[in-house]
Amino acid sequence: MEEAAPAPEPPPPPARTVYRHRLATRLWHWVNAVTIVVMIGSGLTILNAHPHLYWGRYGANFDQPWLNTPHWPAWLTIPSSYNLALARRWHLTFALVLGFGLLAFMIASLINRHFQRDLRIRAKEVAPRHLAADAIAHAKFDFHNHDDPAAYNTLQKLSYVATIFVLIPLMILTGLAMSPAMDAAWPWLLDIFGGRQSARSVHFIAAALLAAFVVVHLTLVILAGPVGEVMSMITGRWKLPEAREP
Amino acid sequence: MTVVTRRTALVGGAGLLLSGCDRLADQPGFRKILFSGEKINLGLQRALSNRGALAPEFRSDQMSPVFRTNGTRNPNTPDYNAHVAGRFADWRVQVGGLVDRPLSLGIPDLGAMPQRAQITRHDCVEGWSAIGKWQGPMLGTVLKAAGVRSSARYIVFTCADLYNGAPYYESIDMVDAFHPQTILAWAMNDQRLSVGHGAPVRLRVERQLGYKHAKYVARVDAVASLEGIGRGQGGYWEDAIGYDWYAGI
Repeated sequence: MEEAAPAPEPPPPPARTVYRHRLATRLWHWVNAVTIVVMIGSGLTILNAHPHLYWGRYGANFDQPWLNTPHWPAWLTIPSSYNLALARRWHLTFALVLGFGLLAFMIASLINRHFQRDLRIRAKEVAPRHLAADAIAHAKFDFHNHDDPAAYNTLQKLSYVATIFVLIPLMILTGLAMSPAMDAAWPWLLDIFGGRQSARSVHFIAAALLAAFVVVHLTLVILAGPVGEVMSMITGRWKLPEAREP
Repeated sequence: MTVVTRRTALVGGAGLLLSGCDRLADQPGFRKILFSGEKINLGLQRALSNRGALAPEFRSDQMSPVFRTNGTRNPNTPDYNAHVAGRFADWRVQVGGLVDRPLSLGIPDLGAMPQRAQITRHDCVEGWSAIGKWQGPMLGTVLKAAGVRSSARYIVFTCADLYNGAPYYESIDMVDAFHPQTILAWAMNDQRLSVGHGAPVRLRVERQLGYKHAKYVARVDAVASLEGIGRGQGGYWEDAIGYDWYAGI
């Protein structure tokens, strides 16, 4: 009786999920999901009160606007019927949530190393060839990095960095620059933006870019598989595309 | 096709979310939270800023070519019209309430006090701004002359223009009342105040929005509490539709 060769050890099964989103990221994400709707909705009501944008220190009806915005319809605004007083209550209370939420998220993300680990942009990533490859992968609806599945792809990382470190801080600073009391406390706010009406214009432009971010973000969540993406933002664990049922 | 359906669902969902906001804002408990932002913003702004921090002042070449009017453009009551016809020679500003020496000041009296002139930016709650020059005595000077008592916590301004039959009114606290840029302005852009801008005298409280800058001022009262005045919220618009009493933001 010949001895049978021992059966080779089966290779370990590939990981089916990766831990992708830390608690601070998930909390901040869902707080912002509410906050952004409130801020844009109430912001549009406030804009309806004077739908003209100017550059410089002053700007009113007899001055030349650079943009006359359309009247924002009731289904987009908070409150749905025009009420500037209530819109301001929503906007200025949730502004605190936005501002202090960003601060808390930034501190937590430095401590849990989310920023250093997941959002640090390396020189080779922004090389034109790499960016072109990433754009082509996006066009093929291939959104994840196969070598390092927990990592963000480069365009994703760039858009998150722009939102966290540029757009939201810009919203906060231009918002503060519109406050007459803050202009007395921190006159440099006006120097940065070249006057209160310029700050108001930049506030609108940054808000439009944030709204565009939300639209692209939601579209990509849908294209990447909404159930897996939403679950990962709740539990933190992301199911790898390779592990999903066909 | 699926994407379109999902997008429609998303837009519909957002619409539901927004109308849900209206219902939430009607609930007393949530409304209280929503309205608490005012107190937090007031506390934070006061903590961050020097109490005497000045609003930016500008050069004369930085002024608005046209300074638009807003709110009441003419009180148009028989009494007010008589004052207009008399060029406000008989207008009196009554300073009273919690003061040791109530005053009755004519416009020449205001002009005879030490003056402050300032070119500042007026910010309307609606979003527009206009830069103009204002002149008058500091409110603090007037209050000291009247011997305002230490029990006073607010200064209430009662105006000659009526909204639904009741006078427009506004109030500020003592921090803003004694701020150097808070003046009882009787001149604008080097001329007597026009009817549209609040003739013969209006408040300038430069670190707050336009609706705090009461026009057509007839009474200045020092009070310990805003309760019992109007509907108790500290101003006409605060009472009428819930504007923030603190309009520094």
